[in-house]
Amino acid sequence: MIDPVDHLFRRESGRIVATVVRVFGVGHLALAEDVVQEAFCRALEVWPFRGVPENPTAWLMTTARNCALDVLRRERTTRSFAPELANTLQSEWTLVPAVEELFAVHEIKDDLLRMMFSCCHPRLSEASQIALILHILCGFSVNEVASAFVSGHAAIAKQITRAKKVLANSQALFDVSAPVDFAARLPAVHRALYLLFNEGYHGASPEAAVHRELCGEASRLTAVLLGHPLGATPATHALAALMSLNAARLPARIDTAGNLVALADQDRSKWDRELVSEGLRLLELSATGPSLTAYHIEAAIASIHAAAPRTEDTDWETIVWLYDTLMRIRPSPIVALNRAIAIAQAHGPERGLGEIRAIIDCDRLSTYPFYSAALGELELRLGRSGDAREHFRAALALTRSPMERRFIDQRIRACERGEARLPDLG
Amino acid sequence: MKEYVFLYRGGERPTSPEQGQQVMQKWMAWFKSMADKGHIVDRGQPLEPSGKTVGAGKVVSDGPFAEAKDVVGGYTLIKADDVSHAAEIAKGCPILDRGGRVEVRPVMKMDM
Repeated sequence: MIDPVDHLFRRESGRIVATVVRVFGVGHLALAEDVVQEAFCRALEVWPFRGVPENPTAWLMTTARNCALDVLRRERTTRSFAPELANTLQSEWTLVPAVEELFAVHEIKDDLLRMMFSCCHPRLSEASQIALILHILCGFSVNEVASAFVSGHAAIAKQITRAKKVLANSQALFDVSAPVDFAARLPAVHRALYLLFNEGYHGASPEAAVHRELCGEASRLTAVLLGHPLGATPATHALAALMSLNAARLPARIDTAGNLVALADQDRSKWDRELVSEGLRLLELSATGPSLTAYHIEAAIASIHAAAPRTEDTDWETIVWLYDTLMRIRPSPIVALNRAIAIAQAHGPERGLGEIRAIIDCDRLSTYPFYSAALGELELRLGRSGDAREHFRAALALTRSPMERRFIDQRIRACERGEARLPDLG
Repeated sequence: MKEYVFLYRGGERPTSPEQGQQVMQKWMAWFKSMADKGHIVDRGQPLEPSGKTVGAGKVVSDGPFAEAKDVVGGYTLIKADDVSHAAEIAKGCPILDRGGRVEVRPVMKMDM
């Protein structure tokens, strides 16, 4: 008897729902979700008695196919299904082989990708897109999405319901075989996967497991994108590289007590070397063609951190240069803040403070705790621990989770002891 | 050692894939611990929730349409020292966490 793989159900849920939706038609998303639920319940009823099947993935897919057939037989007179099925629904003779064909391996290959692109519908906000991806493709329940985003259940439930309605009302699933449409939607898909990863990496959830899971799901879906000839672009490679290189630091980023550990203080021996080399390999593959995306730059920055055995070995000059480039490609106050911190590292805290003060729309950072925290850290390094403490106090008031609170608290205590160090770059 | 049948009745369905997987893992662990201790005679079978009922006058009807909480979802044949020992073993069943219950029925022995 083998134990089912970690998160097997969650993972298979996305694939099965994506396939059943293609068979039923996008308007029957809810019905497809019922089929998936039914398949899992079957597994739950049968596996304890007969053991986990040798190929649980195939077992679940076959069970879902049979449940889908039952639904089609039951509902064929009252609903209209996907056009491919219209003619075959009339007779049992034609129905079964048609549905079997739709569930064949070569047919279901692109289902996950198709659903991923469909979830990044232009009528949905980015936040709705990632909630929908987590819910449909990653099999997170509404509750699990809400807790991953540290958001209220009711708000997330409403957002997901609305997003599903938009998806169900779209005429058809996204056609991943049309190169022009594919290329046009790809940046939105990149963005959603990037945000999903960041939600895991920087998100407010106090649980280290949630961070790992969200980052893992984002990487997994990015790998699906890389597996498709139209999806394996330089930008996708860069995105995958940045995920691997940043995820490599996750084991050192949150300590066993659940505390956030600043980059400068991380035990670099805990960085995942395999992920680092995978990231470097992907970064190399991304370096083709004329397009230089923000993902390329962010991956390059992460690779420089990865290359430094100790914080003091970091090549800050190059990092500053990369942030300069990032400011040209995708300027934002957060990028500007990180650039200022890198300048402080390369040229001293006074220069860094000057750069922070020069950030154009810094009012947009007024609710970001790490803005005040960066000011505090640099003041502390200049020996002005009183000013530093004020800044950290301001940061404390803005913290979004107990983990962030503990982190800033610890910096306030450092002010009292007069210990300075590098502001956290994340 | 005497033989007992566990009849599993009711039990709520999981609300998410992750929860489903957790429930599954609990079932696997419970069966494994029973097997390791030599309690299992026959793992048994899951049962479809409904079928046919044949009644007086050989009338065949659909059903039984028991309420969800009463539906027998499966059975297992185990052996234990006595009925209270069997009940003790049943206390480990994960169905109890989900509002279901285990009926413990001694297999009738006829000494002739």
